[in-house]
Amino acid sequence: MNILTLLDMAASGFGERTAIGSIGSGITYAELLERAGRAGQVFKDNGSDRVSLLDVSSPALPIALFGAAAAGQPFVPLNYRLAEDDLVALAERTASATLVAGDGNGPRVESVEGITVVERDDFLATTSAGDGIDQAEWPFDPEDIAVLLYTSGTTGIPKAAVLRHKNLTGYILGSVEYMGAAEDEATLVSVPPYHIAGLAAMLSSVYAGRRIVQLPNFDADAWIDAVANEGITHAMVVPTMLARIVERLAERGDELPTLRAMSYGGGRMPFPVIDQAMNLLPGVAYVNAYGLTETSSTISLLGPDDHWIAHASDDPAMRRRLGSVGRPLPSLEVSIRDEEGNEVPAGTPGEVWVRGEQVAGEYLQQGSKLTAEGWFPTNDGGELDEEGYLFVTGRLDDVIIRGGENISPGEIEDVLMSHPSVADAAVIGVPSVQWGETIGAVVVGDVDEAELKALVAERLRSSRSPDYVVFRDELPYNDTGKLLRRVLRSEISDLGDG
Amino acid sequence: MELRPGLKLKSAVCSTEIIVVGGSGDVDVTCGGVSMVEPTAEASEATPVDGLTDGTLMGKRYTDADGSIEVLCTKPGDGSLGIGQTALALKEATALPASD
Repeated sequence: MNILTLLDMAASGFGERTAIGSIGSGITYAELLERAGRAGQVFKDNGSDRVSLLDVSSPALPIALFGAAAAGQPFVPLNYRLAEDDLVALAERTASATLVAGDGNGPRVESVEGITVVERDDFLATTSAGDGIDQAEWPFDPEDIAVLLYTSGTTGIPKAAVLRHKNLTGYILGSVEYMGAAEDEATLVSVPPYHIAGLAAMLSSVYAGRRIVQLPNFDADAWIDAVANEGITHAMVVPTMLARIVERLAERGDELPTLRAMSYGGGRMPFPVIDQAMNLLPGVAYVNAYGLTETSSTISLLGPDDHWIAHASDDPAMRRRLGSVGRPLPSLEVSIRDEEGNEVPAGTPGEVWVRGEQVAGEYLQQGSKLTAEGWFPTNDGGELDEEGYLFVTGRLDDVIIRGGENISPGEIEDVLMSHPSVADAAVIGVPSVQWGETIGAVVVGDVDEAELKALVAERLRSSRSPDYVVFRDELPYNDTGKLLRRVLRSEISDLGDG
Repeated sequence: MELRPGLKLKSAVCSTEIIVVGGSGDVDVTCGGVSMVEPTAEASEATPVDGLTDGTLMGKRYTDADGSIEVLCTKPGDGSLGIGQTALALKEATALPASD
């Protein structure tokens, strides 16, 4: 089966409902299927191997995503926030591709060999009218690659995570009820197209029949206005977004009566933020979702009832559950393993392993990372409690997640150590209420703090510049020369406020 | 018929279409008591066996007694799904809150 099957079923079951955009002016499911079919023809005629997107959220996203499936080509969204060199490098790895570009991004990659830029407006016009579509020619092999998504790996060089049609459809069939959404439901998507949650939102909303409203560039006031103006009932946000929304709601006093459900994920949610969100919007059902790109999005979730019970309780054990990612989806298995790969009992920390149809665990160059028994070691630390609630402690490989953005410490350390006066440097996450984590640098050397911050901002970008710089005579290493990040973390974690 | 996940089949007696979600091996998937066919097969004039006309529901999953075979209805119709003459049961979905 192919992700296009999901849209095909939506179009035959409730074709006249609005799939994307405002009621009245939006695109229906039947129209979305036709447009995807025409897009597929455009991609095939172009003769490239892949379909790419370099754009903020717009209706071009679902059309290109499903259109790529119709053409039998992998869909490869790119991060428009990347610095030029990084973006060009990814475009080169993505070629040959038809690349749908918007928001002024086209010229950034048009000189890359093998990339054919199609402007979003032209793409939307081309696919809005024309010949009927021939579904008989659509590919259907569930083993075909549906999506390639670049992740930020531990080395700092992005890996291309492979998601096959069987993974994505397995996720949707295992977690979403067909036509499960009431006709008045609408979801506000504010995560970008190059994030797994942004893609999963397209698939799950289409299959459930929930209208999609897109917010191209997140801004708390625009988000609140969109909820009010579009009658939004559902939304997914990363913790940093929720922190800003809560801040603005407290000032503005909006009650957002249409909003029924909010899910959050993509990083560590600071306790004060979710607590305040529940106080400000008491009518909303909250869901904490945990998942990875390599698992086709959500693998575990903490549901609304658990939120309310934890929120109302004085019992520290129950309160603590707000920091859990809930229970694994019924359609998959989660196991906590020690360093030798043996399962550990409840209450014992280890590595989170996951197995199921939606679990891809595969990269384009590196191949499958699944064990012989089909388990994917996530590289996330975690533990299960006696009742099966999963607690995730963070990336075992120390990637910093600052406001939903994955940051490899090694990348920043390399820049810091390029300074002639820096002898050694380590970069670690510092807990933060606003960002989930911020960047702390521990530096050995006689050098000005501001100079180091400026150096990183210049070489990488400002969001990667250390928020804190502390100096030490030396860094702690173990006897095999491995940097003891956990020692540093405990030493400087009190710098943050989270 | 050699089953595999992703295999599409259509009914020989009604408008039902399905996708195999789980199961493998040589299995006779039926609709209305008549073997289902490849989507490209020509329309037949077969009629359902009496009593095997409970119908199929779009988007619902059907499974055999031990759960080893599971199919998803992608187009509804009048026949009952089965393995040979044994009916498949409607699988109740686990209600999960929206997460993305």
